[in-house]
Amino acid sequence: MKVKLECHEANHICDKNQYKEAGLLEKIKLTFHLMYCRACRTYTANNTKLTKAMNSPKVETVSQDEKNALKERLAKELGQ
Amino acid sequence: MPSNQIDPTKWVDQYSDYLFNYTIARVNDREMAQDLISETFLAGLKSMKNFKGDASERTWLISILKRKIIDHYRKSNSKKGKAEVHINYKDDESEGDWLEERVADPFDKTAEDQIQNEELGEAIYGCLSKLPEKQARIFRMKTIDGFDTETICNEFDITPSNFWVIIHRARTAMASCMEKDWF
Repeated sequence: MKVKLECHEANHICDKNQYKEAGLLEKIKLTFHLMYCRACRTYTANNTKLTKAMNSPKVETVSQDEKNALKERLAKELGQ
Repeated sequence: MPSNQIDPTKWVDQYSDYLFNYTIARVNDREMAQDLISETFLAGLKSMKNFKGDASERTWLISILKRKIIDHYRKSNSKKGKAEVHINYKDDESEGDWLEERVADPFDKTAEDQIQNEELGEAIYGCLSKLPEKQARIFRMKTIDGFDTETICNEFDITPSNFWVIIHRARTAMASCMEKDWF
């Protein structure tokens, strides 16, 4: 079994981990990689911040229904 | 140079979230914000001929939206006295007390945090609308709408590894776009 990850693999696991899709073994490998790789530590830190920011309750989204309503109104105007 | 094209059919998909977050930080009322955005789009349609292409579509729409928000405030302030600040003493006893005592505690940072949070949405969607369209859509579906990988792969007809590359690029771009102000 390969213990050491390459950076691109580490980043891939990190990305997956943002969506809680990384396996346990992958997470362990990632942690190990982060111990000695500064670049990936930075990437992971930023990535985590991004995830937190995206999940912040203050980030409003327009729901699909609302968007469809908007689209209909626009389409009406365009048709005229 | 008329370098920027305008395409109203894509407005809602591309800009409504960004505009919505921009508005909600300023009017703090979901329905009002919705109305203002649709008004903005309609006004945009009407004056499409005047779009010179100097600015990007987004900048142009925002400038319309700004006017709409200002108009909204004018309307709601037009009733006399509403715009004024009244200092009400709660009871007779406290009359004459120092007003400074009523000033918010500067060490209580919650108000500032709130502002930051409200602008965060704006920043996120601002960055998101700068991504290439396909990347932005996939990133949105995955991160905001929470679809699972398989569904998205089927929808866009891509392989999982393809998908993760797109996500990676989107995340890197988003992070570097937001880095200056937010990280």
